[in-house]
Amino acid sequence: MASTETATRTLIAGARLNRPASKRIYWAIVIVTVIVFSFVFLGPLYWMVSGGLKSGHEIAQIPPTLIPKHPELKNYSDAWAQLSLGRLILNTFYYAFGALAFQLVLGVGAAFAFSKLRPLLGNAILGLMLATLMIPSTVLIIPQYVTVIDLPIFHWNMLDSPWAIWLPAVTNAFNIFLLKRFFDSIPSDLLAAAAIDGAGPLRQLWSIILPMSRPILGVVSIFSVTAIWKDFLWPLLVEPSPTSRTVNVGLYAFSQGITQNVLVAGAVIAAVPTIVFFLIFQRNIMSGLTTGSLKG
Amino acid sequence: MAATTTVSTAPAPGRRAGSHQVSRRRAGLRRKVSNNLTGYLFMLGAVLCFAFFSWYPMVREFIMSFQRTKRGLTTWVGWDNYVRVWHDPAFATAWKNTAYFSLLALVFGYALPFLIAVLLNELRHGQGYLRALVYLPVMLPPASALFLFAYAYQPDNSGIFNFLLHSLHLPTSQWVQSTSMTMPSLVIASTWMNMGGAILIYLAALQNIPGELYEASELDGAGLLRRLWHVTIPQTRLILSLMFLLQVVATMQLFIEPLILAGGDGVEDHATSIVYLMYQHAFKEQDLNGAAALGVMLLVVLVGFSAVYTRLSPRED
Repeated sequence: MASTETATRTLIAGARLNRPASKRIYWAIVIVTVIVFSFVFLGPLYWMVSGGLKSGHEIAQIPPTLIPKHPELKNYSDAWAQLSLGRLILNTFYYAFGALAFQLVLGVGAAFAFSKLRPLLGNAILGLMLATLMIPSTVLIIPQYVTVIDLPIFHWNMLDSPWAIWLPAVTNAFNIFLLKRFFDSIPSDLLAAAAIDGAGPLRQLWSIILPMSRPILGVVSIFSVTAIWKDFLWPLLVEPSPTSRTVNVGLYAFSQGITQNVLVAGAVIAAVPTIVFFLIFQRNIMSGLTTGSLKG
Repeated sequence: MAATTTVSTAPAPGRRAGSHQVSRRRAGLRRKVSNNLTGYLFMLGAVLCFAFFSWYPMVREFIMSFQRTKRGLTTWVGWDNYVRVWHDPAFATAWKNTAYFSLLALVFGYALPFLIAVLLNELRHGQGYLRALVYLPVMLPPASALFLFAYAYQPDNSGIFNFLLHSLHLPTSQWVQSTSMTMPSLVIASTWMNMGGAILIYLAALQNIPGELYEASELDGAGLLRRLWHVTIPQTRLILSLMFLLQVVATMQLFIEPLILAGGDGVEDHATSIVYLMYQHAFKEQDLNGAAALGVMLLVVLVGFSAVYTRLSPRED
């Protein structure tokens, strides 16, 4: 994908690169970079896929074979069965999209209230939410765990239930902040006009705000799905039983007592959904990442 | 933008104190109350989630760290938990290991993404492909990526890293099974897995640098390195300093890398991290209170570090 001619000037001037000698050096650098990067970032993936095709004997062989001698797909089917990967992947999907739904509904509601309804003390509550960003997530894992096994007031044990992932996922202050900031940029006049036409707050949110917020909703959705998919320590604690584990945790938990080639095949299968997800949403993921980062 | 309808109904003192205005004022008040109630209703779900899973645990961590629960009986024990975890033989090691990992990750993993971003930003071809490449590992489930590294780190020459080193006539390594290479091995894996995010963030920052700055400095005779040093770095200073903070805080929470690559504690405790120690206390020794005390210590260290760092670091001005 070539970038455009009108690209802004960077360290090295475009005009300088048009000279024949510089041009040759430039292309040499491009080619070397592409080769080195492909080797560093795709090489390991090749190694993983080919490792999964090797027999138990071949995978421990010295020196290693670069191309599997007798590729066998059996490892992959073994991994699927022994690690119960179907189950793990399904669980992770269920957790990730459930968490997404809760985050969207409750997060959008809160952001709408902070941005447009602005009740008394709204900013103070938003401040308290943003303050949680200062606290690194793992340090609170113990009291959060204790809370989840016995929810105060309700005395509800959420262990091994999807709620233990869904509800804590809502406490992502950064997503609420992103939504709130985006809603701020939508003129309140639009809502006032709708209110005169008799639209209540819910109707204003649904018919005016949400249709205008597609880009930010996309960003937040991708963030939250990948966050749940990649999370490890929290699901390790709250989804301990073999039938409720996530891919990440399951791969780790089942790794003992499994031969290396089957384990590597399992790691490949576990990675497939995320790679497909990445290829589909590549553009949104990479532009969304910078939306989030440029908080000024 | 705060000027919603609620403000316009504020009472205008004096003037016409007729019954007409009283009723208007009352209607205004009612609308104000109902507006507020709607607002609270919309944020209720999120507020409850924060209350249960974020705000309350924050308070509870401190409370738990001064209590001891044994056979369902909870008592206040003062600083006992802190003293106990302090005397855990792995305590000092865990801090040392975690700090060492964090430091190594800075040495190898902090400048590298920035330099890669600078390089990619200069390329007028293949940038989309290269961006996708560097971000690909970030998308993998960490357990997948780490089992890949476990496979590549096989200590005899069946591992691909040793094979490559051997073919290049370089010394091979025992990787995670050698005490001195444990942490560097974890850092290599962690950097490979996580670098992509930083690269894309730096790229976005680099693209915001006005081209005139480069042009002006080139006219003044600044060479490539001086332009990098006097234009690129000052212009990205804020994001560089923010990423430094985020990286230190993230690497101090080291957990999954040692757990999967080194079985948690590694050879002779050379991989034990603070979070791993916390996990051990809580779930192997059933000592949630000790784990909470460790959590408070890590919290104080990290929040303290962030506070001091933001105080000292450059600001937008």
